[in-house]
Amino acid sequence: MSVKHALLALLEQEPMYGYQLRAEFEQRTGTTWPLNVGQVYTTLSRLERDGLAQGGGEDTEGHVIYRITDAGRDEVATWFTTPVARTQPPRDELAIKLALAVTVPGVDVATVIQQQRSATMAALQDYTRLKRQATGTARAELAWSLVLDSLVFAAEAEVRWLDHCEARLRRAAAELDVQNSRLTDGTSSVKREFRRSTGETHADRTRR
Amino acid sequence: MTAVLQLTDVVRVHGEAPHEVQALRGVSFAAYAGELVAVMGPSGSGKSTLLTIAGGLDQPTSGAVTVEGVDLARLGQPERARMRRTSIGYVFQGFNLIPALTAAENVALPRELDGVAPRQARAEARQALEEVGIPHLADRFPDDMSGGQQQRVAIARAVVAERRLILADEPTGALDTETGEEILRLLRARCDAGAAGVLVTHEARHAAWADRVVFLRDGVVVDETGADRAETLTEPAAR
Repeated sequence: MSVKHALLALLEQEPMYGYQLRAEFEQRTGTTWPLNVGQVYTTLSRLERDGLAQGGGEDTEGHVIYRITDAGRDEVATWFTTPVARTQPPRDELAIKLALAVTVPGVDVATVIQQQRSATMAALQDYTRLKRQATGTARAELAWSLVLDSLVFAAEAEVRWLDHCEARLRRAAAELDVQNSRLTDGTSSVKREFRRSTGETHADRTRR
Repeated sequence: MTAVLQLTDVVRVHGEAPHEVQALRGVSFAAYAGELVAVMGPSGSGKSTLLTIAGGLDQPTSGAVTVEGVDLARLGQPERARMRRTSIGYVFQGFNLIPALTAAENVALPRELDGVAPRQARAEARQALEEVGIPHLADRFPDDMSGGQQQRVAIARAVVAERRLILADEPTGALDTETGEEILRLLRARCDAGAAGVLVTHEARHAAWADRVVFLRDGVVVDETGADRAETLTEPAAR
């Protein structure tokens, strides 16, 4: 996550000091991605070093106020007009876990899937509860509600993917069963076809 | 506190051996006043069967269904029909409104069938339409309404005259995301006001509006989230 760009974008709104920046950031995004103040000040000094922001002047309580520079404004404009890179998918622990679960012998994959589905569903219920409370139309509240929507859609996608995995594994297991029964019951499909066409029943065969 | 809806060991077999299909294989399930329960499962998991049985539209092969303490199996056909009209409200994916009747007439219909005077039924209908936010559409016909508006009418019909059990089968299926969300908000509000709601859906985003989510697979409840909620409702810590 680009803390640098988020802070710059906030500074474009108006000059602010560190604590203020953190508060503004969290008002828009909830505490989904908590920022500590240390992180804010480290970022601010880097922005200053790179000429994107300038610290100077203090308010009555002695907070150093930061303001954006022209180069900073250009940087923010570029950020907003550039899509977020998707070249390298972030490491997805769940996908990795499932990939291993289906290959390592002795793992009950169905249980792995269901446990995850329950956990993700519970998170989804929490997000939805938060959404129900966030009904205001103020800009910052709308922003927070959109962030919640993003979490909702991501959790939903995860549940859908788990449903999909389950369906595919079931189909694969069913196909394997069919293959195995062909191998073990010693009945060729030709014989079975013959029996079906002659209407011979299981009872007929046992009587014989 | 007794459950508004209680299913005990419900089995439902369709067809006969050797072609019988077990749609439900021993499902026990309850919905209490003030809670919305979602039933999630893929197609063929038995979730729609569960809902039709809960609503008395279909009978279990074995097991018991009680609504507000009344065993549906012990009721005769007329009493069961009466129960369906007075205690249970249904919301379907396809709205199921009668095209020749206005919104208010659609909502008033179950009340009139139940012998309530037309005037009073109409008044109750208007109140229900107000509750779902469309009092101004009372005299509109279904064909002159959007999908979201029609579903609001269907919800008004399901809740008219304080019915205590609301059963919804994929109620947002035919609606866009935002309209669907408004419909869920209404269902939710109704449950917060004291009704028991059962929402059948295959969409996690919709199930997330519920207090509890029950997972159904092959006619069996395999898991449940938020299971403590019903417990805390039935046995308040103060007692």
